[in-house]
Amino acid sequence: MATVELHKVCKRFGSVEVLHDIDLALDRGEFIVFVGPSGCGKSTLLRLIAGLEDITSGELRIDGQPMNDVLPAKRGIAMVFQSYALYPHMSVYENMSFGLEQAKLSKAEIDRRVRAAATMLQIEELLDRKPKQLSGGQRQRVAIGRAITRDPRVFLFDEPLSNLDAALRVDTRLEIAALSKRLPDTTMIYVTHDQVEAMTLADRIVVLNAGHVEQVGTPMELYERPASLFVAGFIGSPRMNFLTGQLAAAEGAATYGIRPEHIALSETAGDWPGQVTLTEKLGSDTFVHVAADGIGAINVRVEGRCDIAPGTRVFLTPDAAAAHRFDAAGRPIVRAAP
Amino acid sequence: MSAPEGTSRLSRQRIRSAWLFLAPMLIVLFIVAAWPLGRTIWFSFTDASLDLMSEAEFIGFRNYLEWVDFGDGEGAWYGLLADQRWWRSVWNTVVFATVSVTFETIFGLIIALVLHQQFAGRGLVRAAVLIPWAIPTIVSAKMWAWMMHDQFGILNDMFMALGLIAEPVAWTASPDTAMIAVLIVDIWKTTPFMALLILAGLQMVPEDIYEAARLDGVPPWRVFRKLTLPLIMPAVLVAVVFRALDALRVFDIVYVLTPNTDATRTMSVYARENLFDFDQFAYGSAASTVLFLVIALITITFIMATRMDLEGKRQ
Repeated sequence: MATVELHKVCKRFGSVEVLHDIDLALDRGEFIVFVGPSGCGKSTLLRLIAGLEDITSGELRIDGQPMNDVLPAKRGIAMVFQSYALYPHMSVYENMSFGLEQAKLSKAEIDRRVRAAATMLQIEELLDRKPKQLSGGQRQRVAIGRAITRDPRVFLFDEPLSNLDAALRVDTRLEIAALSKRLPDTTMIYVTHDQVEAMTLADRIVVLNAGHVEQVGTPMELYERPASLFVAGFIGSPRMNFLTGQLAAAEGAATYGIRPEHIALSETAGDWPGQVTLTEKLGSDTFVHVAADGIGAINVRVEGRCDIAPGTRVFLTPDAAAAHRFDAAGRPIVRAAP
Repeated sequence: MSAPEGTSRLSRQRIRSAWLFLAPMLIVLFIVAAWPLGRTIWFSFTDASLDLMSEAEFIGFRNYLEWVDFGDGEGAWYGLLADQRWWRSVWNTVVFATVSVTFETIFGLIIALVLHQQFAGRGLVRAAVLIPWAIPTIVSAKMWAWMMHDQFGILNDMFMALGLIAEPVAWTASPDTAMIAVLIVDIWKTTPFMALLILAGLQMVPEDIYEAARLDGVPPWRVFRKLTLPLIMPAVLVAVVFRALDALRVFDIVYVLTPNTDATRTMSVYARENLFDFDQFAYGSAASTVLFLVIALITITFIMATRMDLEGKRQ
């Protein structure tokens, strides 16, 4: 059953329409990630659901009830802000209890909830500290803890990892994944511009571009069957190679797409001859940039170490079954069944 | 800034250039603040008068307090600290400072909260609010003196039309209303200054915590009491100290609006009277010195009592 439903939701700021006719249905307990480049409207969409922005037209329902005119505090949601938005003059305990005092809960119940959330996030020893005495990761936990105490139906995350350093980001990502397992009835909506976060966390990903939903699907659906050139380019790392011109025309497409991991590299024989221009060595993988004769720049992913010198002549062979073909409008051309 | 043993040449160089950059300010401060203050304190222990400054002789504490024996077994205390007029001036000053700063803070806070909101024409209103502060005090005091005039003043005219008063009030001349008149003008003039300082404090409060409070369903009054007020308090307290320092040495408004009235004579007015009008330069210097001490004492007490964060170490 859907907890969050959006029906033809539009958002305009003045005369600028930033979200166009968004239709979505999110199931209870699902982990949904809104992903897209900056300015695509993903944060605005989250803020519409939170009630921090008004919906210009269309309808938002949570658990079947219309929410357009319901105050944020009455929607059964909790939100973790990108900047954490902790109250700087209050202790961690007060940060977590302040909202609950509003909900007319008993002192004992507030204390129970705060301590339960603190235990879950292992921040019990921080309860007396002020936010500025905490590290970025600890602040993040407090912000999540504050959201948990509200016992929400829908949990909203607005780019929660973007202020953390790389190592901490991976740890916190795993913790958020674990948290969603521990709260199986809570729907999670998570906004990010990082497709790795989206792929690793999501049950389903909503790809947004310029205020439109480009595609909704599981991470593997998006990876294997992108519904547009945009999704094909956005999901997957490194980026899919897009080839146009004669080669694409020969395949009956405007654009021929092939992921770096679906190209075989050989120094002796193959379909596309070319010259290595650059290699990027990551240890586990090597990205080989090749200038293919008459085709253009192609990025190839080689597993493990690959000590191939720039300037070397190589041959590339695409895995035809994994190739994608797009028409002039950027829509995929469905392969005829073999 | 002394260089302990073993500091590198680079940091010694930094310390030297720090002194070099500070020197102009220190020299100017010495010339315009420390030297005159020292001279005033010195004159307060002498018998100097305006035309005989160079012949001033040290007479100890006699300007401050002196027991004069009349020779017939009776005597009396003389000197500044035994002067009823002086203590009345101190009282007037403290009343003026307390009341004016209190109202300026309240009104300033309200105006700052309004100006902090987004509305059409906000820039214009912000500029307009500053006008009273921009007008020189002498000009605004004269302007208000006319508005408060007992026969031709617009204030009496309006209040009578509204039926608030039955007959014209001599606002500045009557001992009952003189202090109120001075307070009105000062509050009118200085509220914008407070509003501006508090507005700066408001703009330092991060916007996102208001969104967090909306999600928590915190009602507006509680948001103000529990979030806004504690977070702008440091800025408000600094503004209050600035204003209190200013109000405690108030001179121009009183001098122009209500000259020679016991009801409004402040410490500064008293000191000037003695320094120049009464040709008691040494005695006036003593009054100035005590004025300095009173202001210092009140300010330091306030800073300690509110545990103010002057160095910005706390958040």
